[in-house]
Amino acid sequence: MTAIDPSPNHLQLTRGGQLRHFLTLDGLNRELLTDILDTADSFIEVGERSIKKVPLLRGRTVVNLFFESSTRTRSTFELAAKRLSADVLNLDISTSATSKGESLSDTLLNLEAMASDMFVVRHSQSGAPHFIAESVTPGVAIINAGDGRHAHPTQAMLDMLTIRQHKGSFAGLKVAIVGDILHSRVARSQIRALNELGAEEVRVIAPGTLLPRDVEDLGCTVEYDMARGMKDLDVVIMLRLQKERMEGALLPSEREFYRLYGLNQDKLALAKPDCIVMHPGPINRGVEIESAVADGPQSVILNQVTNGIAIRMAVMSMAMGGQMAERQQKQLEREGGRA
Amino acid sequence: MKVGSQYESLRITGGTLFDGAGTETDNTGLLVKEGKIVAMGADALNANADQQYDASGCVIAPGFIDLCCNLREPGNGQKGNIASETLAAAHGGFTTVCASPETSPVNDSSAVTHLIRDGASLRGAVRVLPVGAITRGLEGELLSDLAGLKNAGCVAVGNGSRGVKNARILRRCMAYAQTFGLTVMFSPENQALAADGYAHDGQVTTRLGLLGIPEVAETAAVMEMLLLAEETGVKLHLSQLSSGRSVEMVAQARQLGVQVTADVAVHQLCFTEEALAGFDSRFHVRPPLRSEADRQALVAGVQAGVIDAIVSQHQPHDTAAKQAPLPATEPGLSSIESVLSLGLELVKSGELSRQRLLTALTLGPGRIVGLSPEIACGADADLCIFNPSASWQPCEQTLVSTGKHAPLVGRELTGKVELTLVAGRPVWVDNH
Repeated sequence: MTAIDPSPNHLQLTRGGQLRHFLTLDGLNRELLTDILDTADSFIEVGERSIKKVPLLRGRTVVNLFFESSTRTRSTFELAAKRLSADVLNLDISTSATSKGESLSDTLLNLEAMASDMFVVRHSQSGAPHFIAESVTPGVAIINAGDGRHAHPTQAMLDMLTIRQHKGSFAGLKVAIVGDILHSRVARSQIRALNELGAEEVRVIAPGTLLPRDVEDLGCTVEYDMARGMKDLDVVIMLRLQKERMEGALLPSEREFYRLYGLNQDKLALAKPDCIVMHPGPINRGVEIESAVADGPQSVILNQVTNGIAIRMAVMSMAMGGQMAERQQKQLEREGGRA
Repeated sequence: MKVGSQYESLRITGGTLFDGAGTETDNTGLLVKEGKIVAMGADALNANADQQYDASGCVIAPGFIDLCCNLREPGNGQKGNIASETLAAAHGGFTTVCASPETSPVNDSSAVTHLIRDGASLRGAVRVLPVGAITRGLEGELLSDLAGLKNAGCVAVGNGSRGVKNARILRRCMAYAQTFGLTVMFSPENQALAADGYAHDGQVTTRLGLLGIPEVAETAAVMEMLLLAEETGVKLHLSQLSSGRSVEMVAQARQLGVQVTADVAVHQLCFTEEALAGFDSRFHVRPPLRSEADRQALVAGVQAGVIDAIVSQHQPHDTAAKQAPLPATEPGLSSIESVLSLGLELVKSGELSRQRLLTALTLGPGRIVGLSPEIACGADADLCIFNPSASWQPCEQTLVSTGKHAPLVGRELTGKVELTLVAGRPVWVDNH
């Protein structure tokens, strides 16, 4: 017996198939993902102008709701919104309302009452943006800026943009994601995007303690041995390792992890000569990546950051477009109902 | 007939009788007087009766018995109370519910047991059998006064949905309960393995990044409990199994002579981990909904009689408890009103026979708490009369429970309880 329609598309797409929330890459097809990448490409040029603004979100209010602290992601979302000419409000919720005992729903309803048009949400609990889009403020566009271990769709899309810039297309690409897959929302979104966009192989390279159960079902192969895993790679994506992973007996020591799964020049030499090195940041030098590699010619880590702004501009403008189309549709239906 | 109608004697005609022992026959007449079934067949038809009930098209079964129900009283009035939740039970066709010790304060003393029993006799629609907390405060460390709980009327002792601290304490709990012939009810979960999880560790948790409770959190605990039950000789009842492997282990232990019984919550028979795929917090339950293979093995376990009882594991909540991102919500479904309908879905799909379903709602659980529900002359007139083909829709308006987070809200369900009698007293009458 099925309970409900589990596809997130009833939430994140309008009836016409336009994006209205951006919660997860699950359910979004290649056409839409490519559309996001193409739109982002067109925004890259804006960042190179002397006046870095377009008026797409003029008069709209975007609220950055970070229930979990973040510097880079929040800054790029803020810049993206400002380049789209939106009014931006940054709320560091971890230190305000919820500590006074206000529920998540109440906080959001208050912000909605201030006529917000878009919430950019980061939350430590998987599914929080779904909950907000479904049950709290469905009339506000919700952009997921990372929820628990679930998804970080804008990060994955900026990574796809970076890969496309360097490799031209996804066909035939072999991509590996290395490190703490278990706790990583970034990895989940990347695996999904790479599969949908047609990469030939996605490998995850990690010890058994840092892999979720049945991870192959996400559309990837598993490799415990990094030397074997580096073979023939076009792209290697390193994940950040949190220090607290040593405490729960997931790993013995940073030293052993670095020896087995850290990316150094020797291991990188096993991949294709033009293999690019990526990392969602912030990087731990000497824990998952050697400085010489992070700063080396194959590293595209700083391109990722630049692309982050363009991707976020693309997603924000597309979701706002979907919300506006839907509001107009509802308006028309109301008027039709009266006539 | 109306709820609370008074009568001298009631004659029920038509319909099919399910006698509790597993056979169905045509109802040739049933006469209820002074709370008992006093005549059947021609005797019932020829006797005088001032009330008539036509049960044509319906099944007349002994009232259902629920081994796991949270009435939320004392202490959690915002989630439910004895009056609201026993009425919900009556709506579901139940005439007896075992009240979980997870109240506030916990039912770990005869005083709380008396409080629940008094509340039930004053405000309860159905019979309420308290289950005592085997450890003080359900903390899993110190023994409760088990003899006192038994004398006060607890039919069994258990630790609710919470485990005990370690195997040594579990062993002592069992040995002490065995002293008084008390059945112990445990929901098997190894706390260290379950850790902070709240969903089945499998495909859906991997995809959605939810924190998983591995299957072995249950099976490791089942194995430990079976071995300790064998050693101490206690009557062990395993509550709310969620894994197919557990069913196998229970069957094997029984063959070895271990006194073990088991139940499963109805939602475990109908839903799987996929119910969480859209972050639907209603289906955040504990133990979690597991894989389709587990679901099938659990249904097969009921069909084969390895699992004795189907329970509601009714956990009504206020809206706020479910109105949050999934990981922050409280576990539990408001399910007691849908148990029969969900069970009949399995009958319709051919996975479960109607006889086994009804046995698992009557005689199966009855035996575990010392009852022998039956439809026979001299038996208590605790009856559930339901129309197996009539439909209804669970929704805000039709659900009696304070908790509106029932499975399949807004969907058409078949199998509607028409009349519930407790000692001959109508406690639920469907007025179409």
